[in-house]
Amino acid sequence: MSLAIAATAPDAPLLRTGHAFAAPAALLLALIYIVPVAVLVWLSLTDYTLGAVETRFLGLDNFSHALADPVFRRSIVNTFVYVAIVLPAGVLLGLGAALLVHRRIRSRSVWEVIYFLPVTSTLIAMATVWQFLLHPRLGPVREITLALGLGEVAFLSDPALVLPTLAAIGIWQLVGFNMILFLAGLSAIPRDLYEAAALDGAAGGIDRFLRVTWPLLGPTTMFVTVTTSITAFKVFDTVRVLTEGGPAGASEVLLYVIYLEGFQYFRIGYAAALTLIFLAFILAFSILQAAALDRRVHY
Amino acid sequence: MAAIGLDGIGKAFGSTRVLRDVTLAIRDGEFLTLVGPSGCGKSTLLRIIAGLERQDRGSVTIGERRVDALRPSDRGVAMVFQSYALYPHLTVARNIATPLEMQRLTLAERLPLLRLLSPRRRRVMRGIMEEVEAVAASLRLDGLLARKPAELSGGQRQRVALGRAMVRRPEAFLMDEPLSNLDAKLRVHMRGELADLHRRLGATFVYVTHDQTEAMTMSDRVALMLGGRIEQLGTPAALYDTPETLAVATFIGSPPIACIPVTADGGALVAAGTRLALSAVAGAATLGLRAEAVAPVRAGTAGALPATLRRAENLGAEWLLHATLDDPAATPIVCRLSAEAQGAARERGLLGDRLWLLPDPVRAHLFDAAGRRLVAAAVRPRVGAPA
Repeated sequence: MSLAIAATAPDAPLLRTGHAFAAPAALLLALIYIVPVAVLVWLSLTDYTLGAVETRFLGLDNFSHALADPVFRRSIVNTFVYVAIVLPAGVLLGLGAALLVHRRIRSRSVWEVIYFLPVTSTLIAMATVWQFLLHPRLGPVREITLALGLGEVAFLSDPALVLPTLAAIGIWQLVGFNMILFLAGLSAIPRDLYEAAALDGAAGGIDRFLRVTWPLLGPTTMFVTVTTSITAFKVFDTVRVLTEGGPAGASEVLLYVIYLEGFQYFRIGYAAALTLIFLAFILAFSILQAAALDRRVHY
Repeated sequence: MAAIGLDGIGKAFGSTRVLRDVTLAIRDGEFLTLVGPSGCGKSTLLRIIAGLERQDRGSVTIGERRVDALRPSDRGVAMVFQSYALYPHLTVARNIATPLEMQRLTLAERLPLLRLLSPRRRRVMRGIMEEVEAVAASLRLDGLLARKPAELSGGQRQRVALGRAMVRRPEAFLMDEPLSNLDAKLRVHMRGELADLHRRLGATFVYVTHDQTEAMTMSDRVALMLGGRIEQLGTPAALYDTPETLAVATFIGSPPIACIPVTADGGALVAAGTRLALSAVAGAATLGLRAEAVAPVRAGTAGALPATLRRAENLGAEWLLHATLDDPAATPIVCRLSAEAQGAARERGLLGDRLWLLPDPVRAHLFDAAGRRLVAAAVRPRVGAPA
């Protein structure tokens, strides 16, 4: 109604009121998102370092330097390897846990709490616990690897094992959250559909899952996939606490490299350029997934 | 096509007894409606026949087979749900095809990716699609086969649900309030379509509804359920004309029947101080008068009940006069008059604020204190009473 009025007879006071109502949200949006990104873009074009007296404008030099930088390129590869492990495992294990827990009537809340505990804990603190658990000399996991005949396994200092180990910790932290999301999706599936499926002959677990559960979880799966991949892309805490990028850069990931550049070496301009590249990756990833999954999501 | 037998079905959810010893023989090819207020157990009974719910006691036979141990899909019945329960991600064609796919394709041929390896699958699917198209055409869904359920109207979705039920040629159709989600006009239309469908298929229909109009208009027989029991089983006419209990009389009929407490006095029935032109029957406690069982007469006519007119509804071909009797224990009474009769009564000055309503002895129902019907023959005009 008010739109129609504004369109037919531009009413200055009405327009002003509208702007006034939109102003707080617009202001916050600008302060929290738009201005920082603009500043980031400007910084990424300079050689600004923290406390520098004068700053030079470099154009795109930071970006060409980044793309040629072997440390940065390795961190991109490492991050993708990490995401490639965490994304499918985190989503599928979350779904599996949800399917198992959903059917429990009395014990459901107990399982929910158990799986959700890692989400509520502080990852930095938990990382320290994992460090102890996985310690090749002192950790309890040592007993298991010895019993399996694998000898002492240096989970965090073997370059081939460090990324999968960090990924396992990331999955452990994510599964509970994904499970809760999938549980919400599962309870939204009407019971009628399962009953119709039972009468149609889709009574077995596989048929029920393929004909009803999985398709109707489409929107949930898409949401979980996007949030999981973004979380995985942002891996930082475990790397910072457990490996500091080591051994020999085998666990250097994007955010850790940005952190080093910006807050250890104080090369703010260069770090800003890396951050922009990181943002571009996340954006591309989200758009790609939304487009791919949208075609298979049904309403 | 098959008869369905229910023998001593009992069911409780926790401490709530939903069904108490229900025994019912549904004839082959019959349209039987289970009707009753919500919570009477009608849906549970239907779900027990379908196998979606397991009875605590009793057994179900479909055709010659006892089906208690069979899965829903093996019982040879199809079900139509109130919510339609269509698969939202599948097209109309695939929705209808689902039961046949489940029957005719192997598990491997139903799996994603793996199914592409089977050359047999394409052949089978072609056969299935031919049958789907035939069913869709008979339901006037031909143009909609490629659509998703979300793109259909309520009536179209209901027809897709019917198609999915029909395609497997079940021995019996089970329908759980299939018209409840449709608007009033469409519901009337679909009533006709369902009755046609029943005639065309000749299959057994078991239909659950809380709407007595649906029960009365479509069914061969109606089973009225109250409190987990079948209160009365009979043709729609039998339920209306000879209700066995007061509860049946009150549930069936619109506008509702008026219930008036009566006492016996010297061979005649007395209601609210009025000696009625009805002979007393031992044990009579309640007089039931439907809207067509009373007529307006002159003030002071012997045997007429005085009442206060509340409102008069003009339905075009007929009028409904809503009134309250002077006895506060009596429920509101309605008098149905054809348009001509209303005109005549008005000319004679019978339709003031005060009405005098004379019961028709033949159409009056009498019930005892326990609500049981007293034999119809006992309700007869008192000798010498004005007709």
